[in-house]
Amino acid sequence: MTISLVLVIVMAVLFACGVYAMLERSLTRVLIGFLLLGNAANLLLLVVMGVPGVAPFYDGGETDAADMSDALPQALTLTAIVITFGISAFLLALIYRSWQLGQADTVIDDADDVALRTRAADEPEDAMDEESRSDDEDVTTDFVGDVASPIRVLHQGDLSQLVDDAPVDRVAVRRTDDDEDSRETPDGDRP
Amino acid sequence: MSALVPLLVGIPLIGAAINLIFGRRKKTQIVVSVAALTAVLVLGAILLVEVDTHGPLAVAIAAWEIPFGIVLYVDVLAALLVVVTSIVLLAVLLFSIGQGAADNDEDTPVSIFYPAYLILGAGIFNAFIAGDLFNLYVGFEILLVASYVLITLGGTESRIRTGVVYIVVSLVSSILFLAAIAMVYGALGTVNMVQISERMALLPQDTQTILHLMLLLAFAIKAAVFPLSFWLPDSYPTAPAPVTAVFAGLLTKVGVYAIIRTETQLFVDNDLNFLLMMVALSTMIVGILGAVAQAELKRILSFTLVSHIGYMIFGLAINTPLAVGATIYYIVHHIIVQTTLFLAVGLIERRAGSTSILKVKGLMRAAPLLAVLYFIPAINLGGLPPFSGFIGKYALFDAAAQVGTPVMMVLIVGGIVTSILTLYALMRAWNLSFWRENDDSTETMERIAYLGNAPAAAISTERRTIPKIMTLATVGMVIVTVSLTVFAGPLLEMCLRAGVTITDGVSLVQLQEQAGQQ
Repeated sequence: MTISLVLVIVMAVLFACGVYAMLERSLTRVLIGFLLLGNAANLLLLVVMGVPGVAPFYDGGETDAADMSDALPQALTLTAIVITFGISAFLLALIYRSWQLGQADTVIDDADDVALRTRAADEPEDAMDEESRSDDEDVTTDFVGDVASPIRVLHQGDLSQLVDDAPVDRVAVRRTDDDEDSRETPDGDRP
Repeated sequence: MSALVPLLVGIPLIGAAINLIFGRRKKTQIVVSVAALTAVLVLGAILLVEVDTHGPLAVAIAAWEIPFGIVLYVDVLAALLVVVTSIVLLAVLLFSIGQGAADNDEDTPVSIFYPAYLILGAGIFNAFIAGDLFNLYVGFEILLVASYVLITLGGTESRIRTGVVYIVVSLVSSILFLAAIAMVYGALGTVNMVQISERMALLPQDTQTILHLMLLLAFAIKAAVFPLSFWLPDSYPTAPAPVTAVFAGLLTKVGVYAIIRTETQLFVDNDLNFLLMMVALSTMIVGILGAVAQAELKRILSFTLVSHIGYMIFGLAINTPLAVGATIYYIVHHIIVQTTLFLAVGLIERRAGSTSILKVKGLMRAAPLLAVLYFIPAINLGGLPPFSGFIGKYALFDAAAQVGTPVMMVLIVGGIVTSILTLYALMRAWNLSFWRENDDSTETMERIAYLGNAPAAAISTERRTIPKIMTLATVGMVIVTVSLTVFAGPLLEMCLRAGVTITDGVSLVQLQEQAGQQ
């Protein structure tokens, strides 16, 4: 059984890029990652189809079965494409809503988890916590260069400390002169 | 009789379509939704009696020859779960009707809740009766997409935040599942579950292990098995109470159901039981330790949910017909009890305006009926005799003891510890919320100081009355939980029969006979 090596390579690259993009906190990149992953999975379905041949209906059904393409993976791929399409539409709506509410489309940490972390750091009598805290005091991040808490949570307010050259899907800089803010916001019609 | 099988999926979908047409007429929507779910309940009951007496039913959609087209397959396990699911969906629907009427629908836009709810049901039923892997995938997607809508219902900030976590995690598991299906097709040339199990033995063990792990990984994310359970306690508590109740009761169990099929039907020769046992043990222990550290009732329950998934994985890891039967009984018990507890907590939230056990107090005097409605499912989940939680755990431990290896003994001890800690977490909530007097001083607070600065969910201090229909729905569910105990004998026997049926397996020829194609 010979199959196109190009398809396999493209599939692998798509999987890799998709996983990479999905690891981002930005929802738009998650969406792009999901699209890439979905396409990679569809390509995988096409690869397992085996040697491509003619359509089963070609030549009035007189083709030898060995020359036909396997039709089932194509049906599966079509179904998967439709599902991916619907979910992408929903994700877009979700991203827009997230932007409307918070002017950001990032995934934010759970409030209870953050509280649990700070609670653990606030209890000095616990030997285990003390150990982890003393470790943490030596830790610095590449981006900020200051002392980091157990896990540095980046919120929108921290943007001035965050050095990121990549184009961000948020309001990039909080302006002090408010006049031009309406141009930045996509939903200016909001009350 | 087999003509009834596709209706299990068709009726809720048609109901959802009618609901969308009558988007602005709430009463029509309610009537249609209740009617659709009642019809499915009746159908499920008929099918359950039929398959229990005459053996499994297979239906070839559009009369395609069996390994080629879509096959629906109903055995005792599937029919039983369909019945339980429709009972739960119906009770929670009544509960949500009461809540919507009382809240004047400020949080839940009417036009979309009922259709999404019915589509969720259709997806769950489709997953239960799917006879091929790809149809199982489609069933998963239907229920997931509906659940995305339900978990972000109303689009408030907290729901979007938690919904995003849930959605992204679910997307990853869906892609994994799809890739696993492609690999299975590449290796075996079929997606029909019966044919897969027949051809699987031809593959080398390494290939089998890879396919096995990929499928398990996809299902384990959905079933919230440790270490893939991190998303669940974050995302469930913020949804509306009825939505959380349905998700907690049903969605993880669909994942467990898929794991049952994987373990007992698809990979008969490929043995990952030791891995499953370790995963089950850590799910039980880590989950329940999470519950002990929480101060918010919905989060406590979410963590107990994760921990009790461990029992089901434990039962599957034992992998004897007896253990599979016990697992099925445990799933039925857990679906109903967990949903009931979430409904009771929904009532507490209404009555007291909060679900933080540090803030709510004096409920015993203020709402004695509510106390009963919380207490019965709570000790049931904790596994006190004579309730079904005890019976289910006893059946599991019995099946494990019959295997009798040292690992089994470790798991039994782990299961007992988990059961006691569940009881501890739920009873602490009981002591604080119900028995604490309203004018209680800080004495209790000092004893639970480690919970002291735990954050509570958004508090609305306003005390609202509880509509009768919400209480009635919860009372009905509590009665169902008690009847699980009363009718434990016949039910457990049926579950054990189901366990024997699915471990015996079917051949392709038998499947064709059941569909009337030979």
